[in-house]
Amino acid sequence: MGLTHKSTGINTFFAELYSEFSSTEAVIALAGNPNTGKSTVFNSLTGLNQHTGNWPGKTVTLAKGFFKHKGDHITLVDLPGTYSLLANSVEEQVARDFICFGEPDAVVVVTDATCLERNLNLALQVMEITSQVILCLNLMDEAKRKNIQINYEKLQRLLGIPVIPTVARNKEGLDDLKAAIHAMAFGEEKPSPKIIYYDDQLEKALDELKKELEASFSTVINSRWLALRLLDGDIALMKKIFKYLSELHN
Amino acid sequence: MNIMANHKKLLQKARILRKQLGPNLRDRVVANIYQQAEAITQQVVQQNHLKHNLDTIIDIIVTSKIFGYPLMLLLLSGIFWITITGANYPSELLFTMFSGLEDWLTTLFQGLNAPAWLHGILVLGLFRTLSWVVSVMLPPMAIFFPLFTFFEDLGYLPRVAFNLDKFFKKAGAHGKQVLTMCMGFGCNAAGVIACRIIESPRERLIAILTNNFVPCNGRFPTLFTMAAILMGIVANSSHNLTASFLVAGVVIFGIFITLLVSWGLSKTILQGVPSSFTLELPSYRLPKIGTLLIRSILDRTIFVLLRAVIVAAPAGALTWVFANLRIQDLSLIAYFSRWFDGFGRLIGLDGYIIMAFILGLPANEIVLPILIMSYLSQGAMLELNSISALRELLLHNGWTWLTALNMSLFSLLHFPCATTLLTIQKETKNTKWTLLSALIPTAVGVILCFLVAQIARLLNLV
Repeated sequence: MGLTHKSTGINTFFAELYSEFSSTEAVIALAGNPNTGKSTVFNSLTGLNQHTGNWPGKTVTLAKGFFKHKGDHITLVDLPGTYSLLANSVEEQVARDFICFGEPDAVVVVTDATCLERNLNLALQVMEITSQVILCLNLMDEAKRKNIQINYEKLQRLLGIPVIPTVARNKEGLDDLKAAIHAMAFGEEKPSPKIIYYDDQLEKALDELKKELEASFSTVINSRWLALRLLDGDIALMKKIFKYLSELHN
Repeated sequence: MNIMANHKKLLQKARILRKQLGPNLRDRVVANIYQQAEAITQQVVQQNHLKHNLDTIIDIIVTSKIFGYPLMLLLLSGIFWITITGANYPSELLFTMFSGLEDWLTTLFQGLNAPAWLHGILVLGLFRTLSWVVSVMLPPMAIFFPLFTFFEDLGYLPRVAFNLDKFFKKAGAHGKQVLTMCMGFGCNAAGVIACRIIESPRERLIAILTNNFVPCNGRFPTLFTMAAILMGIVANSSHNLTASFLVAGVVIFGIFITLLVSWGLSKTILQGVPSSFTLELPSYRLPKIGTLLIRSILDRTIFVLLRAVIVAAPAGALTWVFANLRIQDLSLIAYFSRWFDGFGRLIGLDGYIIMAFILGLPANEIVLPILIMSYLSQGAMLELNSISALRELLLHNGWTWLTALNMSLFSLLHFPCATTLLTIQKETKNTKWTLLSALIPTAVGVILCFLVAQIARLLNLV
């Protein structure tokens, strides 16, 4: 136990992140399933302005980069590709921790348009944590080739968040994506994402616990999501939050 | 301090509510998310079906509740049937070729006036063991591996994992354990390394400790040979089809034991709840036959054979020395075998078999050659050039169907080879787990063989 939580923990990472990009005006996280072209989106948005770093104490690498839009400096963090955020693996844990504690101004969920259903699972889970979510419908060209048509305006309405179709390989739709990121990061766009409704019994327990949580956590973290995790028995997450809070206070 | 007290209270509250909600909450939550994702997708996605859906149709069949398991059984037996049937002829050819070569070598040694012990060590020990290892192992491996690689490349294995997932979950283990077991078919050491794909340390340990319950290619030849001999003893002919079902039965029994031991571990020293995971079912892809053959023959068959040869050569020479060094009137092998004989017979085997397994610790491939050599050193010197000759030799040494059956069982259920043990030590960095990984299968094997032997004797079946 030579290293303390403080020296290896996430806060060091954030300190490093913010010191490296001292001119950072907004931080955006890039989430998505593996093989959705997430890295292509990241590379096309940031070009050569990127840097790969290790999550302290973990072997998962996170790439960071930035781009400028309307004169504002926007930092992108490329999270590891995951199918869910239930923290079964180191990758999922890192992705979840960043969305929870990294205080990103928005999360872009990159999805594969040819298998939307599987990709939506992750998007819905991200939307449970934060309302600042943008859905990037990537690989639209492959979807077209496979005769898959997606009504993305309707999708936007159903999800309550911006949906941007792209072909990152050919740089199609990336300007729209940049504009959407900028609008959300600087508060011009206020999404109201769809909330997943669970069964009545679970909802009742959620409400009860949520009320208790709101007093101490509502400024830091979505209390409905936290209540759900606690009911799921994720004590490790709770301990992480306590630590995070006490480090914030110091 | 007030904050800490508050946190404690919150956790308490969560615990109470969690109890009220009952188990499987994670599944309920995940199922709900999936349902909503499906509902939304149906509303916004329009798709021209047909080609894209061929995969889906195949998946519905191979993962269906009715056809899924019979199909797996059929494929497994089919692979074994092709292997056993196909391996017979080249095996006998190799036997004949090597025994011809041996005669030639003997003539050469005699012509050179070489001392008898040198001829014994090099020709009767080293060369003969090598030739048995090659003729017994090469043909089945050269058929089995390409077939297995074919289904691997086709994308069928993730479907098997999908089908078996619920059993592993019930056993408190991880569904991905199936994939590590598939690696174990090739080599248990590789299977143990493959356990790295399981993230949770608890479930990874379960997978590591039970990987040895799938027979590796070092044990497959023994199983194939035993199945053939068993059929020979019982039906006096080699029914390949029945023999292949027998091997498939042994493999399935191994999977059953895996589940049982996993369950036992997850209820005792490795308690916990299985974690959920996403298993991507990749599209089916017709493998390229050329690369498939090259990869399975070079990377697997030749690699495994070379490893076996490297171990078998010195082991063969050493066994010959043991078989021919005499204390009083007994060879060293017979002398030591006597120690194990009582115990061996108690579990339906004999002292030589137990000793062959112990001497075979470096590699499972050499267990059978050592055993054959020990029997041959008993004086009944016969030319061994086919499976039927081997059967004669074994019968001559008091084998019954029970010996052949228990030999199969013990081959499936005993300590892993030295390589695998070293790998487990490296992966777990813990001597306790390594010892346990040797103790558990051995204990299961001894108990099971004992029961089978006692029941068979009680019912006067032998």
